Amino acid sequence: MKETPLSNCERRFLLRAIEEKKRLDGRQTYDYRSIRVSFGTDYGCCVVELGKTRVLGQVSCELVSPKLNRATEGILFFNLELSQMAAPAFEPGRQSDLLVKLNRLLERCLRNSKCIDTESLCVVAGEKVWQIRVDLHLLNHDGNIIDAASIAAIVALCHFRRPDVSVQGDEVTLYTPEERDPVPLSIHHMPICVSFAFFQQGMYLLVDPNEREERVMDGLLVIAMNKHREICTIQSSGGIMLLKDQVLRCSKIAGVKVAEITELIQKALENDQKVRKEGGKFGFAESIANQRITAFKMEKAPIDTSDVEEKAEEIIAEAEPPPEVVAEPVLWTPGTAQIGEGIENSWGALEDSEKEAEDEGGSDEAVLDDMKMDMAAEVSDIGSQDAPIVLSDSEEEEMIILEPDKNPKKIRTQTISAKQEKAPSKKPAKKRKKKRVVN
Amino acid sequence: MAEAVPFGAESLAGGRARAARRVLDQVVLPGEELLLPEQEDVEGPGGAGERPLRLNAGARSRLRVVCGPGLRRCGDRLLVTKCGRLRHKDPGSGSSGGVYWVDSQQKRYVPVKGDHVIGIVTAKSGDIFKVDVGGSEPASLSYLAFEGATKRNRPNVQVGDLIYGQFVVANKDMEPEMVCIDSCGRANGMGVIGHDGLLFKVTLGLIRKLLAPDCEIIQEVGKLYPLEIVFGMNGRIWVKAKTIQQTLILANILEACEHMTADQRKQIFARLAES
Repeated sequence: MKETPLSNCERRFLLRAIEEKKRLDGRQTYDYRSIRVSFGTDYGCCVVELGKTRVLGQVSCELVSPKLNRATEGILFFNLELSQMAAPAFEPGRQSDLLVKLNRLLERCLRNSKCIDTESLCVVAGEKVWQIRVDLHLLNHDGNIIDAASIAAIVALCHFRRPDVSVQGDEVTLYTPEERDPVPLSIHHMPICVSFAFFQQGMYLLVDPNEREERVMDGLLVIAMNKHREICTIQSSGGIMLLKDQVLRCSKIAGVKVAEITELIQKALENDQKVRKEGGKFGFAESIANQRITAFKMEKAPIDTSDVEEKAEEIIAEAEPPPEVVAEPVLWTPGTAQIGEGIENSWGALEDSEKEAEDEGGSDEAVLDDMKMDMAAEVSDIGSQDAPIVLSDSEEEEMIILEPDKNPKKIRTQTISAKQEKAPSKKPAKKRKKKRVVN
Repeated sequence: MAEAVPFGAESLAGGRARAARRVLDQVVLPGEELLLPEQEDVEGPGGAGERPLRLNAGARSRLRVVCGPGLRRCGDRLLVTKCGRLRHKDPGSGSSGGVYWVDSQQKRYVPVKGDHVIGIVTAKSGDIFKVDVGGSEPASLSYLAFEGATKRNRPNVQVGDLIYGQFVVANKDMEPEMVCIDSCGRANGMGVIGHDGLLFKVTLGLIRKLLAPDCEIIQEVGKLYPLEIVFGMNGRIWVKAKTIQQTLILANILEACEHMTADQRKQIFARLAES
């Protein structure tokens, strides 16, 4: 199918909104969308959701003979596929350019950075090594595929366990998971890609563009970094001219973002490990909230701000009514009945969460009316359940390390330095209600 | 769906049909079979497969039941073809048994004759414009189908413009055709939509809800600030307010209205009206 064309008025509106530093979903220029990581029952299987963009990652391993010129190293194989369900424009055979670009970038990010110790994958030098294969599938395309894919890849690799092998002399014993616990891969660091979209010939920049913004952008800069602030890959596409300090600034922002994302990944991995050890339920079925399809559900806080002319404080509310509790027996076929739906969450009605968005004071440039729209931090933490951890966007402003740039051309920095002066107080959390399915 | 198509009308070994009356306002899935009221007595509750002996088997009371969208006739029963909630409307008068239909969520639009839609011009070729309406094919729009357009006086339409028009031909065998005038030759609000403003997409059900007469949402939104808004039955909405901020607020409210109860909506509007 052909892609829906972008109309002139949308393009104009988006560019004008970006000039006024407004994004469609109310984020700030350096805000990421909420990231959720959930794991499947197998080791090495995960789904990463970056806003609405979803990537499924699966790692598998196999014993093969090594490459001739690298007899003592294991083999890594990365593959990203754009599934047809991700966007109507993706057809088999139609998306080759984008696919090649993404695959290449992913390979450079993960393979050339040597984040995985390939020597540790060697079993018998010259004869048997592990071949690790990472398959990524894009399930939904809402912009910024590369970030989501890189997070999914590294999370899946960290989550994966390969079968244990022991070598005694000439004998190689491969243990099944029942005989010996599988062993994690040896990963040195976690490279994560951060994308920057540029507009108006490099005048304006946005982090984590969504699909609309990607359509109108002039160029894209992708920086892959790990939490030790080492740049693994950097790529600029679109042919825009970037100044040196722009690139430096982007790398600093990337450093901050990568640190947060790495923390989130660690937490998710720890949670999953804890749940598995305690024998609790894990897997995709657990991480999907059990709600009726007729329940009202909102994923993000609606953007409510006051009128631009008035500088008043605004409260963003988000509330979900509790789903109905069903307990009557349901007769499926003669002889098969289901009573209830397992453990039901009886926490009662949700409380509204309130966020205060603060106003900008006057900033140095011409734009006087500058509203900051905050989004509710999403904290979903359900006891011992393998809960997907959601990144809180709102604290990012405080963590950006930028030198205040006096150059009037750099409109973006002015805003950030103005924001830095405030220390916004935020009341966290909207409690998301989840029901567990026990079948 | 766990149930396969039952082998015979009375055989309940392979599947189990539920009485439509009992499933009202509940979620039904494609493949389910529903029994109409008069058939329930015949089948028997639960059904052990025995056929009750009826002396007047041929003289069943006949009710004319209308099968709405999402349902299809399958023998004596209704077969559900779309996933959603089953609804029923009682007949005001007369002997018909009312209308059953399935309220389903859908984002994908299928062109229907007479629908007013918002389209995006993708190409100009000769005398017609190709307009993308979100269906499987782009619709064709003749340049003469505008108010006051003649061969000399062509409308000012560029590629990428937004058009509000209605379908005159829309069936599954031909490419749809649309026009921007009504049967009297007047524009009646149709034509090229102005330059600024924001276009966004919502589900078809929300559009129908918003276009229902006396829709509260629209009235409340109208009280907030002056705005222009165009609804296309293909799920596209175009809004324009005085500032970008207001336009963004509007767009987000309308998108979120889908998932909010009336109370939540009132809260949000109250908060907005305060500021």
